[in-house]
Amino acid sequence: MLNTLDHIELQRVVEIVSVDNSPISSKLTEMGLVAGQLITTLFKAPFGDPIAIELNGTVLSLRLEEAQFIEVKA
Amino acid sequence: MKIALLGNPNTGKSSVFNLLTGLRQQVGNFAGITVEKRSGSIQLDQVQHELIDFPGTYSIYPRSKEESVVFNVLSDPSHSQHPDQIIFVADASNLQRNLLFFSQVYDLGIPCILVLNMWDLAQRKGIVIATEELGNMFPGVPIIQSNARIGLGKDRILKALTSERILDRTQAKFLESAELCAIDDVQCQKLEAEQRLRKIKDALKHIVQTKAPDGDSVSRKIDRVLVHSFFGYVIFAFVLLTIFQFIFTFANAPMNWIDSMFSHFSTWSSETIQPGLVNDLISQGIIPGIGGVVVFVPQIAMLFFFISILEESGYLSRVVFIMDRLMRPFGLNGKSVVPLMSSVACAIPGIMATRTISNWKERLITILVAPFMSCSARIPVYTLLISLVIPKTFVFGFINLQGIVLFGLYSLGIVFALLVSLLLKLMIKQKEKGFLLLELPDYKNPRWGNVLINVLEKVKIFIFDAGKIILAISIILWFLASFGPNMKESMHGLNKTRVYQSMTEKEQTKAMDSCKLSNSYIGILGKGMEPVIAPLGYDWKIGISLITSFAAREVFVGSLATIYAVQDESDEQSLLIDRMRNEVKTDGTPVFTLASGVSLMVFYVFAMQCMATMAVVKRETNSWKWPVIQLVFMGLLAYFSAWLCFILLS
Repeated sequence: MLNTLDHIELQRVVEIVSVDNSPISSKLTEMGLVAGQLITTLFKAPFGDPIAIELNGTVLSLRLEEAQFIEVKA
Repeated sequence: MKIALLGNPNTGKSSVFNLLTGLRQQVGNFAGITVEKRSGSIQLDQVQHELIDFPGTYSIYPRSKEESVVFNVLSDPSHSQHPDQIIFVADASNLQRNLLFFSQVYDLGIPCILVLNMWDLAQRKGIVIATEELGNMFPGVPIIQSNARIGLGKDRILKALTSERILDRTQAKFLESAELCAIDDVQCQKLEAEQRLRKIKDALKHIVQTKAPDGDSVSRKIDRVLVHSFFGYVIFAFVLLTIFQFIFTFANAPMNWIDSMFSHFSTWSSETIQPGLVNDLISQGIIPGIGGVVVFVPQIAMLFFFISILEESGYLSRVVFIMDRLMRPFGLNGKSVVPLMSSVACAIPGIMATRTISNWKERLITILVAPFMSCSARIPVYTLLISLVIPKTFVFGFINLQGIVLFGLYSLGIVFALLVSLLLKLMIKQKEKGFLLLELPDYKNPRWGNVLINVLEKVKIFIFDAGKIILAISIILWFLASFGPNMKESMHGLNKTRVYQSMTEKEQTKAMDSCKLSNSYIGILGKGMEPVIAPLGYDWKIGISLITSFAAREVFVGSLATIYAVQDESDEQSLLIDRMRNEVKTDGTPVFTLASGVSLMVFYVFAMQCMATMAVVKRETNSWKWPVIQLVFMGLLAYFSAWLCFILLS
């Protein structure tokens, strides 16, 4: 099932399907957020935003408004 | 030869820089922008070369205006800072992402070496890198393993810079059709990054072997507590409290030493140099002026000591993480929290700490509202006025009213810092959109060497960059306070009065000082502005103290003491308070009432009464525009709020 990253529950491993075009899409790509990449949702900040994910052994935090550009599948 | 140091954030790049240059470092700005440029010298074959540390970035393409220095310098061979060689620092445990930027750098064709830093950490994580094959990916690039945090790798790096391999650099490219995208062409940059990542991923399959693909499990466990939705804030509050306790306990002593050292020095010079204008200028203008700069050093050093530890340990990015959502509605960013909190001790280090905020608008707003936080220099003013006009009664039988007022003043500052941020957010227009996308590095023990160098650097910036301005303003203030058109006549007149002649010698000095200040240019200004400040409940004596306390807020207390001729050697303020209590206006009503006292306190909450802060804002924004706007805006806000308070309470 396809979903965007801001809607994924914690402690899930998901695969990135695509990254939508946006002013920050090149920056997301540069951080390694590209189609095919596996990521784990780790934890949320209080109030649910931003979120922290793990990819390739490093932890990345991003705001929900940034995560919504990332389409993932379970 | 110019050598550039490039790499991602959190790769230990500054450790490598410190390792290579030691204490031979200079800090400045890249021309035209307020991005820290650290440079130092390294010696190769008896020749000195300049090593320039660039801001840590994830790509050659900038995320913000500030990061664009990397693109501008690297893409333009005629740029004055364009490097002849590059040292690229990569985190050995996260090669994939690090090599993206490196491959961009490689394709520029500038001779470069690749330093795989934090080698020990990678090994501990079970990562094995076939360095030789990695070298085949990038012909002509010497690859070095280092562990700069514990000082390993310096010789290897220096040797690689002169090795044959780097000199044999061919024009081979990693990405065949690699042409730089335009700086604002996001689509082109995205495609390029995708191509590079795909190629890097394929190649790394045979080069990097990872036994345990998980991250640092200890860090994950610590995170469960430190970013907890309740304990996260409790711990952050506790950390802040500890830092402030430490600063208030330990900064006072060295500040007093500096004060007394400079006053001894000033006495000594006034006795040594021939009496006259030069003597006065040196012993009363220049020496106290320098003292007024140096006196800030203990607080700046201590705050940056703690901020550096928080940064080095990895905790700072967690603070940003838990505070980001709270600060965003105000046009601020999670990274604004530490600068604003530091401003409770002193706005100067707070404003200097905004360098980590990459978005210019968010950084500017943080700088502009930082002085609203009640700093430690306001405490003497608050406590004097509170003990003067607020009764020592208890609310509900146990809450001290004086304490409530003090708490209210601090809260007022915080509330207005946020409100003004909101206002500025709507007023300042900017295309560039702020975003977070932040790495949360693994927790590490701070390296004391890095902490020390960072502290020294901040102190140096303050003394040499902001210090000049502070010294100049304090000399002007000294001149205005020491000279006046009719000063000599007035002092002569006082000398002849019978009251004066019946005084003790000590009383005479005080009376003379008071007469001198009242008849100086500042005194005239104070009297001249009385009609303007009368609606706030102030007289000309308060007016004088408002002007002199532009040097630093706490000077207000000393100035009043001078004017009322009650200056006392001891710290006892009871004499001054008694004197102020008895002070009456021409119509016989007291000057210091609840209304005028509260009005003064509120004035000090809002007014930009600090030349040192202005000097630092000038330095950090690279123009006089912002400190002047700040001065006017805060002044108007202070004036009208004080006026409102006076009206409501009279």
